[in-house]
Amino acid sequence: MKLDSKIPGGPLAEKWSKHKFNVKLVNPANKRKYDIIVVGTGLAGASAAASFGELGYNVKAFCFQDSPRRAHSIAAQGGINAAKNYQNDGDSVFRLFYDTIKGGDYRSREGNVYRLAEVSVDIIDQCVAQGVPFAREYGGLLANRSFGGAQVSRTFYAKGQTGQQLLLGAYSALSRQVSNGKVKLHAREEMIDLVMKDGKAVGIITRNLVTGKIESHSAHAVVLATGGYGNVFFLSTNAMGSNVTAAWRAHKKGALFANPCFTQIHPTCIPVSGDHQSKLTLMSESLRNDGRVWVPKSKEDAEKIRKGELKPTDLPEDKRDYYLEERYPSFGNLVPRDVASRNAKNVCDEGRGVAKTGLAVYLDFADAIKRDSRKVIESKYGNLFDMYQQITGENPYETPMMIYPAVHYTMGGLWVDYNLMTNIPGLYAIGEANFSDHGANRLGASALMQGLADGYFVIPYTIGDYLATLPYEKVSSDDEVFKQAENDIEEKIQKLLSIKGEKTVDDFHKALGHIMWEYCGMSRNEEGLKKAKQEIKKLKEEFWQNVNVIGGNDELNQSLEKANRVADFLELGELMIDDALDRSESCGGHFREESQTEEGEAKRKDDEFSYVSAWEYQGENAEEVLHKEDLVFENVKLTQRSYK
Amino acid sequence: MRITLKVWRQKNTQDKGNFKTYKLDNISPDMSFLEMFDVLNEQLVRQGEDPVHFDHDCREGICGMCSLYINGKPHGPKQTTTCQLHMRSFNDGDTITVEPWRATAFPVLKDLVVDRTSFDRVIQAGGYISINTGGVPDANEIPIPKKDADKAMDAAACIGCGACVAACKNASAMLFVSAKISQFSLLPQGQTERKTRAEKMIAQMDSEGFGACTNTGACSAECPKEISLTNIARMNREYFTAKVGSDNV
Repeated sequence: MKLDSKIPGGPLAEKWSKHKFNVKLVNPANKRKYDIIVVGTGLAGASAAASFGELGYNVKAFCFQDSPRRAHSIAAQGGINAAKNYQNDGDSVFRLFYDTIKGGDYRSREGNVYRLAEVSVDIIDQCVAQGVPFAREYGGLLANRSFGGAQVSRTFYAKGQTGQQLLLGAYSALSRQVSNGKVKLHAREEMIDLVMKDGKAVGIITRNLVTGKIESHSAHAVVLATGGYGNVFFLSTNAMGSNVTAAWRAHKKGALFANPCFTQIHPTCIPVSGDHQSKLTLMSESLRNDGRVWVPKSKEDAEKIRKGELKPTDLPEDKRDYYLEERYPSFGNLVPRDVASRNAKNVCDEGRGVAKTGLAVYLDFADAIKRDSRKVIESKYGNLFDMYQQITGENPYETPMMIYPAVHYTMGGLWVDYNLMTNIPGLYAIGEANFSDHGANRLGASALMQGLADGYFVIPYTIGDYLATLPYEKVSSDDEVFKQAENDIEEKIQKLLSIKGEKTVDDFHKALGHIMWEYCGMSRNEEGLKKAKQEIKKLKEEFWQNVNVIGGNDELNQSLEKANRVADFLELGELMIDDALDRSESCGGHFREESQTEEGEAKRKDDEFSYVSAWEYQGENAEEVLHKEDLVFENVKLTQRSYK
Repeated sequence: MRITLKVWRQKNTQDKGNFKTYKLDNISPDMSFLEMFDVLNEQLVRQGEDPVHFDHDCREGICGMCSLYINGKPHGPKQTTTCQLHMRSFNDGDTITVEPWRATAFPVLKDLVVDRTSFDRVIQAGGYISINTGGVPDANEIPIPKKDADKAMDAAACIGCGACVAACKNASAMLFVSAKISQFSLLPQGQTERKTRAEKMIAQMDSEGFGACTNTGACSAECPKEISLTNIARMNREYFTAKVGSDNV
């Protein structure tokens, strides 16, 4: 299989304009003759569905939550990047492009990333026009802050609730199209299969989560905006319902899955407190603007702190190790996420971690409060501090916060070309569900940017290029291909319900998460990965013999929903391991212990691994086949990433 | 901790429903309320019983999906979402009563899960600014006084959970609706449709079967995002202004 990224030729800055001119258009009067399915209503899905509706297409939008406004984009706190250069500090489209491609450790496509930087400025205009209440200065203009991996202030924010406000903006645009009759909303309805005919995507099968009814929906094109798969680790900052099912079932129908092992571990999360833990809570990276990260210099002091014999506030300055400021003087506490996470792991591995578990480092605001006053810090981060206090019972204004890395975002996803189309004609993937823009590591405040860029400003153009080639007549949902897919799904569900084993779905999910975190988490090595692969195989086998799913199909059944999702996570986990094994270099969030510099930083092997890994499904229990898309760099020079 | 739970069980919308009692040992005070329910459900599944269904998703207090009426209060004793309520807010040996949101406009789907699509329909009636993607002015073209932007942000912080409705003896949705109307009426971008928005959203709110407001303020007191009662006053003002100068006679 030859992978064609369809990146247009010509100078970097002209590619997108040129492409927009070259794509086929659908006449305004003909748009109403085409139907589009959008799965997922987060930033990418809601913005795409709303924009399609505005253009005149007929849209069906699906989400598994009770309302499109619940999608997990809502939880993004810190902000959204845009190359507006409102601060006059030297930002530009090229600089945002450069920071993003460097931050991704040179494992993303130049063309895609440049386009992302280019449309970033339009996103801010769009959101302000929708009534998104971004933070402002006293003069009435927009405020900015800085974020990890950048030396300019280009991040727009709405308190610590930027994702919420942007999502509600997109949700309001979507709601307007619902009221105009252009979008039909299907809440509490989960996609469980992709339907294809003659090699093209022609619709989806869904399960109505309230009635259990299996339904067929046909369309001219299907857009997956179903988010990431961080919940394969059981504990992550994702929402409880976030899952890989839609993307994975599409993968099993032939869509290539790219860079599955590229997982982002976010450095600033609230540490795990016990076995009962169901999810991890992120504290926005923006906190690193003012918070200073440290651990005690000596193991002995750390030990005393862990035992509660010593208070962190009583430890004198000269016995503290501000290790990020020390090691990376120019970026300090604002190094990219992968670097910050790995360093936290290292100091904890050395026995200098704090908290009872020893798996935490301090994020200290004492200096910032002294410098700017408590009031200023409160206005910037008030809600985050409250949240921290609520969860931990500790007051971060008085004692330093404790943080530890946690799985947060997945850079991998369905392989897409420049049009955001997968290798299956008519099937698109946008937002976190695709792989394209963040390489091996995503910079802070770039997920919101990418979700909205894809949904508002990329796919509305590129989808026309495909639709224009299709007849108005679509494949009917009564077609044989839909009946067949419905039958397969019903069979699978019946199988899950009939096992009636000894273990709960969560037992399996937790076991899987443990394997993934242990061997495919912050650092990975060949031996561990090979072991993990065997363990996952065993676990998967046991799942299909010993899981206990209570209740029936024709009702609201949360055990069944979970079982369906965990079944897919088990298969995905194995592919992530395969991918991590194949990529024996370190890059970004993927740290292979065998490949590091003398100083312990990630060491890329550009000669061997400058490619996108795109995996092709081969059937139950068969090894997947790897296809490589070579990455071509014409505008940036590949260097060892340095934040020193 | 040892906890006794009295939980509302209802098979579906048609079922009458009733309370069932469960006992739990070994509950850690660091657990969130929903994690305590996870423990209960794992226990029920092991016994072959249907787990208690409840809505939840982000578990960090922002998506608005979790609900639960705990000991007579929406989201329980603290002014936060249920997912951010921790067992340290209860005492060893407590009996805790858990019910779904109770309101005509929020029918129960199963156990503690209710249907809140009425909120979506209120937003669909006018909770937006009618602009299309693209072709909008530069974001800094219209300065907005910080004070107004901040107030708009405070109103926009609503997570649409429905606690205000559950807290209100009339099951009124005024706080929810007023938060959205306020956000847009405070911003220059919202001015064009200011009047029609207030009229349409309030008409939809009434048609969904939400009750009237009698200014007791329970909604705001229970709101996990501390949406202020001032928004209701502002909404009333918006409504009267709209009605007086209405184009829709």
